[in-house]
This record gives sequence, C-alpha cells and structure tokens, in this order.
Amino acid sequence: MDLYEYQAKEMFADHGVATQVGVVVTSPKAARDAAEQIGGTVVVKAQVKTGGRGKAGGVKLASDPADAEAKAEGILGLDIKGHIVNKVLVVPASDIAEEYYVSYLVDRANRSFLAMASVEGGVDIEEVAATNPEALAKVAIDPLTGVDRAKAEEIVAQANFPAEIADDVAAMLVDLWDVFVGEDATLVEVNPLVQTPTGEVLALDGKVTLDGNADFRHPAHAELADEQAEDPLELRAAAKGLNYVKLSGEVGIIGNGAGLVMSTLDVVAYAGEEFGGVKPANFLDIGGGASAEVMADGLEIILGDPEVKAVFVNVFGGITACDAVAAGIIQAFAILADRGETPDKPLVVRLDGNNADVGRKILVEAEHDLIEMVETMDDAARRVAELAAQGA
Amino acid sequence: MAIFLNENSRILVQGITGSEGGKHTRRMVASGSNVVAGVTPGKGGQTVTAEGRDIPVFNSVAEAREATGADVAVVFVPPRFTKGAVIEAVDAGVPLAVVITEGVPVHDTASFFAYAQAAGTTRVIGPNCPGLISPGKSNAGIIPATITGSGPIGLVSKSGTLTYQMMYELRDIGFSTAIGIGGDPIIGTTHIDALAAFEDDPETEAIVMIGEIGGDAEERAAAFIAENVTKPVVGYVAGFTAPEGKTMGHAGAIVSGSSGTAAAKQEALEAVGVKVGRTPSATARLMRDLLG
Repeated sequence: MDLYEYQAKEMFADHGVATQVGVVVTSPKAARDAAEQIGGTVVVKAQVKTGGRGKAGGVKLASDPADAEAKAEGILGLDIKGHIVNKVLVVPASDIAEEYYVSYLVDRANRSFLAMASVEGGVDIEEVAATNPEALAKVAIDPLTGVDRAKAEEIVAQANFPAEIADDVAAMLVDLWDVFVGEDATLVEVNPLVQTPTGEVLALDGKVTLDGNADFRHPAHAELADEQAEDPLELRAAAKGLNYVKLSGEVGIIGNGAGLVMSTLDVVAYAGEEFGGVKPANFLDIGGGASAEVMADGLEIILGDPEVKAVFVNVFGGITACDAVAAGIIQAFAILADRGETPDKPLVVRLDGNNADVGRKILVEAEHDLIEMVETMDDAARRVAELAAQGA
Repeated sequence: MAIFLNENSRILVQGITGSEGGKHTRRMVASGSNVVAGVTPGKGGQTVTAEGRDIPVFNSVAEAREATGADVAVVFVPPRFTKGAVIEAVDAGVPLAVVITEGVPVHDTASFFAYAQAAGTTRVIGPNCPGLISPGKSNAGIIPATITGSGPIGLVSKSGTLTYQMMYELRDIGFSTAIGIGGDPIIGTTHIDALAAFEDDPETEAIVMIGEIGGDAEERAAAFIAENVTKPVVGYVAGFTAPEGKTMGHAGAIVSGSSGTAAAKQEALEAVGVKVGRTPSATARLMRDLLG
C-alpha cells in the first residue's frame, strides 16, 4: 500500500525524523483555517499517490489564509494522472537552501535492500539516474545488520553530502531506517530532503510503501487505507478476500493462480484484436481451493461490473480437481439465485488438468444455457472475445 | 540427474501437523517422494500417517536431521513463523529449503535469505512457490505429480499454475525437473540459478523459462543465457495487459513506471535468441519444434 505524503510524514515524525507534518484538509475553508493556524506563507499540496504533482499544478504557495483558500479551491478536484485530489496538505513554507534525495528500497536483483542518496534532489530521481548516474550513490544494505550510524555515514560520504550537514543527514538516515524496518516498508523515500538557510535538515516530502504481507504485525496500518479512493468493485472483492483488480474491458476473467490469470488476460486481449478490440475486464485469481462459495463470490463481483459482456473461467486443476470446480460453477449459479442475482451473461469455461474429463462431463450434463465449454485456453479466449463483442 | 532434487533426496516437512503440511505430505509420499520426517515444535514424538507409512514428527529440524538424515526441508508453516522455520533449517545445515508459504513479509524473506547466504550451507527456493519436481524421482512441494513423467525438458517459472499448464502442454515429452521459483519481490533461487543448473544437468536437453511482470529478473536471465547457456531455451512472459502500479496477485508482479513490463522482458529474451511464445500453447509449440 502506498501512503499519502501526509501519512508518510506523520510516520516519519513518529520515528523521530525531522519533518513538517502540517494539516491535512478536504475543503478550501479548512485550508484557510489551517493557514491561519500555521501563520505566514504556506504551501498547499495535493495529496495523491502519484508523482509529478508540482508540474500538474497540485502544489502552490499561498501568502495568506485567503490565498490558501483560493489555492485549495483550485487544487481540490484536480485530476493528476487519473488521481482525483480529495485532500490537500497545508504546511509552512520552508526557505530552501539546498535540495537532496535519500531512499531505502527492496533490491530485487540482489535479493536485499538498497540505500540511494543524491545531492541532486528535488527532481525526478529516475532522470538523475539516467542522465547523471554518478550523482546517485547506491549503497547495499545487509538485512541482518541494517543501517547503524556507521552505515549511515558511509551513505552520506558516498553521496558527497556537504560536511556541515553530514551529521544531521546521517542521523536522519538512521531514523528513516527505523521507519523502513519498523513499519515493514518496501520503499521509504525523501525527495526533497532540504537544508534551510539556517542549516536545519528536513524531510520536506515523503513517500512510503508498506508491505501488505506484514499487516499481521501492524494492526494500525489498516487505518491508513483510503477506501474512498479505491475502486468500489475492488473494495467489495477485498472484503470477500478475493484477489481482484479492475481493468477497463468487456471480458470478465476468473482463473486460478496469479500467473495463469495474467496469462489469461493477455490471451484474451490478443483474441480480442480480431473482435473489435475487446479486452479483459479484470484480474481475478480464486486460488488453489476454488470452492463453490469462492466461485460464487467471484462471479458476483464480475457480474456486478456493468461493462462485462461475457465471462471466461479458466482453470487448470492442479491440486484442485476439475470436477469440484465444475460442480462449484453450477452451485455458484444456485447461490447467486439465492442471493437474488440472475446472471445473464455467457460463461465460457476451459478446464484442464486433474479430473478434467469428469469436470467437463458435469458441465455438459448440466445443460446450462449460459455455460459453454471450450477445450483449449486459446480457443476459449477466442470464443469469449467473440461473445463479448456480440454483447457489446 | 535432474537439478536440486533427485531419487536420493530425503525430505522433511516443517509444519507437517498443519492442514496444508499434512495434505501435501500425503501427496508427496503418494508420488513416490521419500518423506522421512516432519517437524512441529511441541509435537515431537507423534507420527503422521501418509499412504500407510508412519512419518516421525520432531520438535526441531536439527533433531529430525540428526535422526533421519533429511536433506530437503519443505516449509509449510504460516507466514509469521516462516522466517524462524527457514533459519532453523539453515542452522541445522539442511542443504535445500523449499518455502511454499505465501504471504511472507519481504523483510522476513530478506533476512532469512541473507542468513542462508552468510551460512553458505543452504539453497532456498521460494517463498510463495509450488516447489519443484523431478518426475519419477522426487517431489518437494505442491506440484501435481500426475501431469507428466520424466523427460528432457527443464522448466523454471515464477508461477505455479503456469508451471502445471506447461507441463501439461508438453506431457508427452516430459521433464527433467520443473521448478517454481515464486513471484515474490525477493526469492531464494532465481531464473539464473535454475538456468545454470539446467545447463550443467546432462539429462536436460532444452529449457522453458516462464517469467512475468515486475523487476528485471528476466532481463538479467537473458544476459546470463547469452553468456552461459548453450542449451536451447524458449520463453514465455505473462502480464502484457497488466496496468502500471497494480499488483497482479503475486507480490512481485507489478509494473512500476516504465520498469518491469512484459514487453521489455520479451524484447530482452528475443535479443539473445530466445524464442518467446505469445501464449502458453504457442510456447509449447516452440519447444516441440526445437526438439524436432
């Protein structure tokens, strides 16, 4: 889960990182009040989980409370790369002498962690990495020893931070490591880390990504989720424990196993090229179990998507037996009927693997009007694309 | 031959008294694996029956290894205990730890992998993987043994069900070893590790490599193939239609900005002469053509 800037900075403050927490508000009037409370010149910052806010007009200086209200008025409701701004953060304007960059992240290639730091902060760091790679220090972190004061000093030295702030930056790096480990983050980034004219070192912006797999040891992280910003179908699916991602297409997809479902999306998109460009409507992995109940939940979510014109159930029975899956599909229709739902979209089913013959027989004998069976994944994808195109 | 796992492998199951551990122990035994021990702290002295055989349960991996000579640990314990379980296997000097558990925090994986690296005694496979099978010899994990038998193809994949699908597509030819390495951001054994082992395995004549969006493991594997692999390799990559910034089921399956895309992976593989199929079936056809 990505955090908003204000959430990241509150987390920083909890771990002793020097930052400006500010006040987060959802209306222009509240922005005015916040500016009044803070006093002086403030910055009004759009809270969206994407980069490039400044360029999109989502970060503005305001000289007084009335100006803060006006600036918030302009920023709230902005669409920044598909993210609608519902909240703004009001913080005191900092005089900035210098801007730097530091981050900790998961280093997939080395199966470890990495610290990155640069004196070229305040800009897109990927650009620095591409155009001026020597300016971006990369220091491997051993997960078993982490970042202590000595390691922090090594990072500071490699990035050539100026001597007068070396101590403060090193201290901040130790505290940021405490955020990274203590909160089970997969990314902690400060850009910019600033030096004020008085020599103070501050984390002026913050980006944190938390590892959902570690939620069991961070009950408080649940409160950081912003349900308002989530897709309603994704929320409903999550509530049912389903692994669902909403896409913008016409073919509903249910499969077992993340890799097979990703592959199914691709195969349907290729097949769709022949049929007016129909596309997959979602990712839905019902996992190894694939019980009737889970199948019913999955179908309910997918049929609740008005854009869906046809559904593809693509299951390879590994541990799961296909006869159980077939029975689950039939039962799912009964469960949906009990819930007052009347599915009316065609379902193309492809079953292979463990007990596939029995499973197919069950579906054939059920003679269900909406269910059609196709032998192979590629042919099934073509058929469902064709049906979706007809229904569209 | 085969890689990492063979007819002499002696398997111990960590979490054998749990429902998943128990179920898959029975499946492993049914497929001919030599499961010699189970470990569940506090349940030492009990036995678990699989296919009419009583498998002794021990309190620790060290005891189990001492008593049975187990040399493969298959880990089914819940995520919160996985780090401890793997560290225990490393401390006991088990040469291979296969971590099936899904949902392990990445900080825990980073720690136990670093620990295993520092000890230098243990290869880790996974987490969040189906394990590996050397058909007809041994099966460590949850890959169904009934799909196909032994043969000349080596398979390495981030995905479980795509592993099964590919084994099924090529079931008339068979596999030396099929290994699911898992789709988490940090995994103990990579495509490159498996490719290197297949290259050295006399039984393996050709290799299927299955990747997916996220990270750059496939790109690095392509570079490795160019330099080190003489055996023919065909590839498949899943996730061309995945949107940016969304995790697609596997914790590591995410396109971030312009990095980790399926197109980049395909391009990298094709640039070094690896043919990449558009669908799993098309990939299987490429392998058939290759084997003539």
